[in-house]
Amino acid sequence: MNRLINLALLLCIGAAVVASFSYLGINLGELGDTGNLHHMGAYAQRFLSPDLSAGHLQAIGHGALETIAMSALGTLLAAVFGLLLALPAAGRFGWPLQSASRLVLNALRAVPELVWAALMVLAAGLGPNAGTLALALHTTGVLGRLFAEALENTPPEPADAIRLQGGNAVWAFCYGTLPNLLPQLLAYILYRWENNIRMASVLGFVGAGGLGQMLYVSLSLFQEAQASTVILAMLLLVLGVDTLSSWSRQRWVKA
Amino acid sequence: MLTRDTRDPATLPRLLLSLLALALLWPSIRLSELDLSVLVASDSQSEMGRFVAAFWPPAHGAEFIELLLQATLQTLAIATAGMALALLLAVPASLLASRALSLSAASRAGHPNYWGQLLRWPVRGVLIFLRSVPEIVWALLFVRAVGLGPTAGVLAIAITYSGMLGKVYAEIFESTDQRPAHALLQSGSGRLAAFCYGILPNVAAELLSYTVYRWECAIRASVVMGFVGAGGLGQQMDLSLRMFAGGEVASLLLTFLVLVLFADQLSRLLRWRLA
Repeated sequence: MNRLINLALLLCIGAAVVASFSYLGINLGELGDTGNLHHMGAYAQRFLSPDLSAGHLQAIGHGALETIAMSALGTLLAAVFGLLLALPAAGRFGWPLQSASRLVLNALRAVPELVWAALMVLAAGLGPNAGTLALALHTTGVLGRLFAEALENTPPEPADAIRLQGGNAVWAFCYGTLPNLLPQLLAYILYRWENNIRMASVLGFVGAGGLGQMLYVSLSLFQEAQASTVILAMLLLVLGVDTLSSWSRQRWVKA
Repeated sequence: MLTRDTRDPATLPRLLLSLLALALLWPSIRLSELDLSVLVASDSQSEMGRFVAAFWPPAHGAEFIELLLQATLQTLAIATAGMALALLLAVPASLLASRALSLSAASRAGHPNYWGQLLRWPVRGVLIFLRSVPEIVWALLFVRAVGLGPTAGVLAIAITYSGMLGKVYAEIFESTDQRPAHALLQSGSGRLAAFCYGILPNVAAELLSYTVYRWECAIRASVVMGFVGAGGLGQQMDLSLRMFAGGEVASLLLTFLVLVLFADQLSRLLRWRLA
């Protein structure tokens, strides 16, 4: 019986694949047509000679720095606001505030970065400021939830001890809870920063600054040589971040 | 007599660290043109206020619902078709890139010889390249190459996800017990037979659950890719945003949430059933 259900599920998956191809009307034969392939090949060929002139490289360097700055500031803002929202979300101030802040965090997290960026471009105008705000908003949702979970799982005894000695709530939090929590919070922040660098490089597609905006503009102007340099820079940035994070994880986070 | 020492031994390092942080922060604030005041400036606030006020009620005219349904189906279809194409590329690539099917490794305690390692590197390099360029960049490129519409989205998902799936599959093959496959290889079976009978039975569940998880990611990605014109919900959202149609944006966002929740539940069901 179990096998039969599994078989039926597999058949459903197969049918779904066939149905999606026919729904989209994608004709793979037509895509693989010689004329079409020729056209795509000619298009791809224009990317093969990246523009490596000093002026363009300098602009790309500026774009890459802008991308990194956007991601760093966005993550930093998100860490601050995430912690502020995580305190009520962990149930520190009673259940009405808990459910309210959870709702806010879920809403922030559910909207993808690119949609936030498109909204922020409307609110704050074109440029990296919109991208920073978009990253901050989405990451606040993610980090807030992670922080709230970490707060709930941290042992309450040190903070209780400080309260019993007569320290006020702020001291109890700063000296009783935070020191235990800090390594975990830092790990989460760094992990999100890594994600955000990758994200920041494409937020520019909706006009939010960084390397993405350069790529979008140069592709729109049919400057494939310049665009291919930007893609190379993105590739280097992503690979660099990947290597750095996996190296530092092996070096410092021993499982 | 003991006196209280008011000196804090940690002052200097903390001060220096804070100064360093500020010195790093200042240029990045300049670079990212950070300006939080823009959110509370009166003209942008009234602009945003009008836009957000239009969120309620969400657009629900019969014509728009029809459009929404079409876009949702298109998003699901893009993700599914993209994953199917990605699997077509990823399975052979992972077989080529994995050390698990190396003939020389079977008789050398799991370490392939020098030539085997060298020949696997080009495949790995291609996979790294495919997955390192973000999917939305691929989508943008394909929109220029094959025109606006879902085809670009399908191709972009196929390319990025074949890179990811290929790499992870190859690693899954290597992480399982190698002895059955080695035994088969050493007693003279072909590589494909050794894979099918020595490796696949051990890893099938893990492969499946990872693939289903990636399908869920593909749905999210295909929504976002619409912003560069690759079809689906994203393209509709881009249009509605540009027309400042708050109600439409609200219903699109709601649909997106429902879709993500649905994909989450479906992938949980599939993983529970099949894995």
